[in-house]
Amino acid sequence: MMKLDAKIPSGDISEKWTRHKFEMKLVSPANRRKHQIIIVGTGLAGASAAATLGEAGYQVKSIFYHESPRRAHSIAAQGGINAAKNYQNDGDSVFRLFYDTIKGGDFRAREANVHRLAEVSTSIIDQCVAQGVPFAREYGGTLANRSFGGTQVSRTFYARGQTGQQLLLGAYGAMMRQVDAGQVEMLTRREFMDLVVVNGQARGVIVRNLLTGELETHMGSAVVLATGGYSNVYYLSTNAKHSNVSATWRAYKKGALFANPSFMQIHPTCIPVSGDYQSKLTLMSESLRNDGRVWVPKQAGDKRSPTQIPESERDYFLERKYPSFGNLVPRDVASRNAKTVCDEGRGVGNSGEAVYLDFADAIGRLGPQKIAEKYGNLFEIYSNITGEDPYKLPMRIFPAPHYTMGGLWVDYHLMTTIPGLFAIGEANFSDHGANRLGASALMQGLADGYFVLPYTLANYLGNTSLASVSDQADEAKATRRSVAEKIDRILGVKGKTPVTVIHRRLGRVMWNFVGMSRSKEGCQKAIQEIRELREEFWSDCAVPGDANTLNHSIELAGRVADFLEFGELIAKDAETREESCGCHFREEYQTPENEALRNDDAFAHVAAFEYQGEDKEALRHQEALVFENVKPSQRSYK
Amino acid sequence: MTADNKKMKISLKIWRQESPQAAGHFEAYELDDVTPEMSFLEMLDHLNEKLVSEGKTPVYFESDCREGICGTCGLVINGIAHGVGPRKATCQLHMRSFQDGETIHVEPWRAKAFPVIQDLGVDRSAFDRIIAAGGYVSVNTGNAPDGNSLPVGKTTAEQAFDAAACIGCGACVAACKNASASLFVSAKISQYALLPQGQPERARRAGAMVAQMEEEAFGSCTNETECSAVCPKGISFENIVRMNREFLRSQFGSTEIE
Ligand SMILES: Cc1cc2nc3c(=O)[nH]c(=O)nc-3n(C[C@H](O)[C@H](O)[C@H](O)COP(=O)(O)OP(=O)(O)OC[C@H]3O[C@@H](n4cnc5c(N)ncnc54)[C@H](O)[C@@H]3O)c2cc1C
Repeated sequence: MMKLDAKIPSGDISEKWTRHKFEMKLVSPANRRKHQIIIVGTGLAGASAAATLGEAGYQVKSIFYHESPRRAHSIAAQGGINAAKNYQNDGDSVFRLFYDTIKGGDFRAREANVHRLAEVSTSIIDQCVAQGVPFAREYGGTLANRSFGGTQVSRTFYARGQTGQQLLLGAYGAMMRQVDAGQVEMLTRREFMDLVVVNGQARGVIVRNLLTGELETHMGSAVVLATGGYSNVYYLSTNAKHSNVSATWRAYKKGALFANPSFMQIHPTCIPVSGDYQSKLTLMSESLRNDGRVWVPKQAGDKRSPTQIPESERDYFLERKYPSFGNLVPRDVASRNAKTVCDEGRGVGNSGEAVYLDFADAIGRLGPQKIAEKYGNLFEIYSNITGEDPYKLPMRIFPAPHYTMGGLWVDYHLMTTIPGLFAIGEANFSDHGANRLGASALMQGLADGYFVLPYTLANYLGNTSLASVSDQADEAKATRRSVAEKIDRILGVKGKTPVTVIHRRLGRVMWNFVGMSRSKEGCQKAIQEIRELREEFWSDCAVPGDANTLNHSIELAGRVADFLEFGELIAKDAETREESCGCHFREEYQTPENEALRNDDAFAHVAAFEYQGEDKEALRHQEALVFENVKPSQRSYK
Repeated sequence: MTADNKKMKISLKIWRQESPQAAGHFEAYELDDVTPEMSFLEMLDHLNEKLVSEGKTPVYFESDCREGICGTCGLVINGIAHGVGPRKATCQLHMRSFQDGETIHVEPWRAKAFPVIQDLGVDRSAFDRIIAAGGYVSVNTGNAPDGNSLPVGKTTAEQAFDAAACIGCGACVAACKNASASLFVSAKISQYALLPQGQPERARRAGAMVAQMEEEAFGSCTNETECSAVCPKGISFENIVRMNREFLRSQFGSTEIE
């Protein structure tokens, strides 16, 4: 069996990265311009990498399906970004951020990566401030912080409820500066179709020009995937409509291993589903749990309006069960508890699939003005969607698929199992274990792009001999041919069912069987039903139009086709991980208090899957996780 | 799942245009099962699902985040950029804002600088070129001092944020009778003119961005303020006043910090 080598440097955890930076190979400034680096994606991870590598002197091609880098899904992040600055003098440190992240991830993340993340977190804030990101400030002019779940310090930096937007615009500006300087070439409106592997090395990509339908080949010294997460396999999620798994999935089919695909974060505070035609779910930032109190009626079936229910008949279940973290328990814990009270018949709203998030106390304490200052835009979003005023009535919220901890397996260098193919940001699996803490995805995306990849990529280039290859190489031509055939195959079905209908059904299967709670039987059922849907897709999907033109239907169909394969891998991973950890809750494995029950003897490892061919079972590999600095314990937020 | 089973009948007149070169026209569609809680774009999704199952070509429109922040969506609905109601992007408009039986006209942004690519989709790459000309602070990765080394007053930070909140959707251009990009450009210039980090390049930035704006096919600003009225983020017209000042400074003042 393939042995997964994470290439973790030796030495004390706090010195690994510093020492390794010195040990790694560099590429001299004169040689950098000889390297064409292909980066797919311009979210926080991709844009920061493109900017930094451009500044360093590499020739960068930035490829993405959006019309502009600024449209990437990172733009939608609301609440904030963590950093171990300890500006609040509340006991924060690099080690504490490291510790919180390992513990929050339920001891399923790699220590060395997480420590490095915590180390570089402080430089990220400095960089963003220098770019003119308008972070929230105190009256004295210093940076303001707030708290997020799973921590007892205040280390989250924010720009109202639009932190992702401001950070992305900062990275986008830095990247556009390199476009202006001729270091970064932007190829907008291109869908990644496949990876070109030559002599076992990632050397190029086949993309489809979405405006013309033309297939293009772009070759280079290395390829970086920064293509984001795959929550949309659940159809309804908080992700943007076009977020997809296609790029990482196609890399997987070319030989890159896919790690922990079933580690899927369900975010506790989203606006509940209101109708059958709903196309996405809207997040209400976790920061709201700083001041909002979560409750349901004590009595099942209590249909009174919330203001009619007296204090004594309310159950503030998070505060009751977890007195030391209260409403700020980690996401997996908050979500599961919301599901439990709804399953008990105590859910609120028409569907009974919601709990209250109540600001009455905070408004009483701080006044509506202060609350508006902190959460104004979120309250506006809420009332716009629901037609209700959260200043007067508690919000109704329910968990929804939100973030994917799983992704392409990468080593300490963020390189996949295909030499020369790197994965950064949400697209990799690296830092969050089985549950990500709030405000840590933005941190990771920018850490990868600004501060990690530029070193590790140079090390790869410095250590590797690269033959010169052209876009006419046999491998490039063959890959391009297979891409064209796949498109023809999709257009050739000429069936009756719109792909969105099939996608919606897939989402329901995923949510019911591999959502917030899983069982062996459920996983097997999911696999069965996904296979049926896949058959239906290939015999009856309706994809109108031709290949050689702007045809949005082709993109949609290609992505749904990939989700229909990928969903099965999620179910397989969930089935084979016979324990509960973080987001992954197997009904068979729980403590007497219904908390996730890990099995460290058998499952303290990363599961990484290797593609074996069409309709063949993927091969499951393991990367053992060694904890030398934080002793795995039963997580307790009580 | 829907508690309120009320169905609405909606007539649509939608701009169809096969390609940038093709002539466009309005096409009529009827829907009789629209629900009030659907968003406007969900209503279009629904229409498209119908068209596809009938073997017809769906209507091309763009959208992504569907929560008013990515700036991808943008339709002129009954003559108003992003449709009726203040401070929202097209994706935040719901069918409860329309009457049962209403006829709705749907068009793309209309501006020379934003050519139609298909149906309701346009090309806004001119905005990227304006940003590339100078819409940033030139600081390489790793070059930054400690985040708290330069204090920024709370009010200043808030004002800078208000300008920085622009989502780059282009509604300001679509709403302007001259198709001017002044609100978009001035928002970026203002953000950096207000912050200490933006000072070293303040004049150069204003000059370069305005020059690029003039090179694109945008019209000039004649103070109609239609732009601010449709802006999903309520970006203030005052930014344009500031931009004009900054531009003058860049032409006659010094080009370095003062
Ligand atoms: C509503 C919401 C709020 C959030 N709030 C927070 C928060 O407050 N704090 C926090 O830390 N995290 C938050 N997150 C998570 C965080 O935003 C994401 O994890 C992060 O932004 C992902 O960044 P990325 O660069 O990896 O990918 P993305 O930003 O998703 O970018 C993906 C890029 O890849 C391109 N791409 C994708 N697929 C293809 C393809 N097949 N072909 C070509 N190009 C492709 C896209 O064009 C895009 O440029 C939030 C997430 C959501 C959904």
